[in-house]
Amino acid sequence: MDVRAAQVAAAVADAHRREWALVLAATVRVVRDLDMAEECAQDAFTQAPTAWPGTGIPRNPGAWLTTVARRRAVDAVRREQLWRRAVPLLVEAEHAPGLDDVVAAREELPDDRLRLVFTCCHPGLNRDAQVALTLRLVCGLTTGEVARAFLVSEPTMAARLTRAKKKIAAARIPYRVPPPEERPERVAAVLDVVHLVLTTGHTAPAGADLVRADLVERALDLARMLRVLLPGDPDVAGLLALVLLTDSRRATRTGDGRLLLLEEQDRSRWDTTAIGEGIALVREALAHRPPGRYALQAAIAAVHAESPTWEDTDWQEIVGLYDALVQVWPSPVVALNRAVAVGLARGPRAGLAELDALRDEPTLATYPYAAAARADFLRRLGRVADARLAYEEALLLTTNAVERAFLERRLQGL
Amino acid sequence: MAKYLILIYGDEQAYAAGGAAAVDESMRAHTAFSEKHGAALRGGEALRETSTATAIRTRPGDEPLVTDGPFVETKETLGGFYVVEAADLDAAIAIAKDVPAPDGGVEVRPIMEFE
Repeated sequence: MDVRAAQVAAAVADAHRREWALVLAATVRVVRDLDMAEECAQDAFTQAPTAWPGTGIPRNPGAWLTTVARRRAVDAVRREQLWRRAVPLLVEAEHAPGLDDVVAAREELPDDRLRLVFTCCHPGLNRDAQVALTLRLVCGLTTGEVARAFLVSEPTMAARLTRAKKKIAAARIPYRVPPPEERPERVAAVLDVVHLVLTTGHTAPAGADLVRADLVERALDLARMLRVLLPGDPDVAGLLALVLLTDSRRATRTGDGRLLLLEEQDRSRWDTTAIGEGIALVREALAHRPPGRYALQAAIAAVHAESPTWEDTDWQEIVGLYDALVQVWPSPVVALNRAVAVGLARGPRAGLAELDALRDEPTLATYPYAAAARADFLRRLGRVADARLAYEEALLLTTNAVERAFLERRLQGL
Repeated sequence: MAKYLILIYGDEQAYAAGGAAAVDESMRAHTAFSEKHGAALRGGEALRETSTATAIRTRPGDEPLVTDGPFVETKETLGGFYVVEAADLDAAIAIAKDVPAPDGGVEVRPIMEFE
């Protein structure tokens, strides 16, 4: 491949990453059919590598791609008379232009990404479908890539996506940004989807690798996009901060194929640019009262990020933040993390007492970190036999290879 | 516009235990709902309790099996329904949120349209 072709290929790949959602969302408006819009958008990205070497890489690749995709969409509409389809996707009347309007205004670039995001994360779709649709339609992942991200077969994921799109059409889920009174609830669903992509990538539920960098980067892309589209939303700021601060430690979380705890990580290799950006966002998000779930989680991550060493960690501050987090997000897992923080702030005996208080929590019974945390406090208290049992319990519940290796080393070290 | 069926599920035993007061309260609530959403309503009925239901189950290669009781035994049972006309699912959900369902909830199903 010559230099020119390599540059074009890189530009197309970059545009796919940055502009896919914009191109698709603007095309959906024309065809009012998700599948057809995907085809047209895909077609535009396929044309770019042959067109750009001759014309030069456009100054605004997104505009070029959108124009090509929409022109293709207009042709398709004319050919197939999609307007007469039984169940077109519902574009709000004022934003559903007639065919002539589209042709006349095709150089205009509507930013319909929010509509696309809200449609993918509609509460009428189950969470798995929301995540799959978001990765497929907003991030532009292939069905195979989405399938691999969630460790299901490609036919299973294809069926899941088809079912979800069918529900959007049959139940008439609108292609619309929800009205202000519904906005907080609907934004929360979108943020939950992005957070799920982050956590799935940050600690892969199974497999050989601890971190699925591709998924973490998609979560970052999504959070950045939402920040642009909803600039005043403190929860969006909180989530972007959380993604940045969580991912700032990526390079140091494993070493020699093993899990490195926060206390073992080389803090000089943490990504200071991401930390700086994350901390500024945390400040902004915390200025809103009461602070939301993601702002508080990000604030906890920020305390770690700002601490020069493990020993300097302000555990009292972290316990305080967890106290607030339990209020806005009363989840057993948050309560567990709070118990661990108490143990680090006030000693293993206090931590163990907090863990004991959570003993009857059914969700934690099969949660490996609960057993691992108990094992750690017991080990620190010198209760070797009890610690051994707890580590063995944690091992039974852990499927990630890197985490298993860590627990086995702890067990052997008793 | 599209039509949606709103299925109303609830705890019929709790309702029965409530006696005349529960019936009055239910009537009042459904009347208020019907007044508020009259323009969208295309139909609706209350159902007798599931102890009055008869299920007829198809058996391949055999006669249908007729049994006493609802088709699916659940704690929350189908107690009534509305048919509404709405622009989209969000509009149907907005109506469905107003349907009285004090000890259960409702399910919204798009009604299939044939050309």
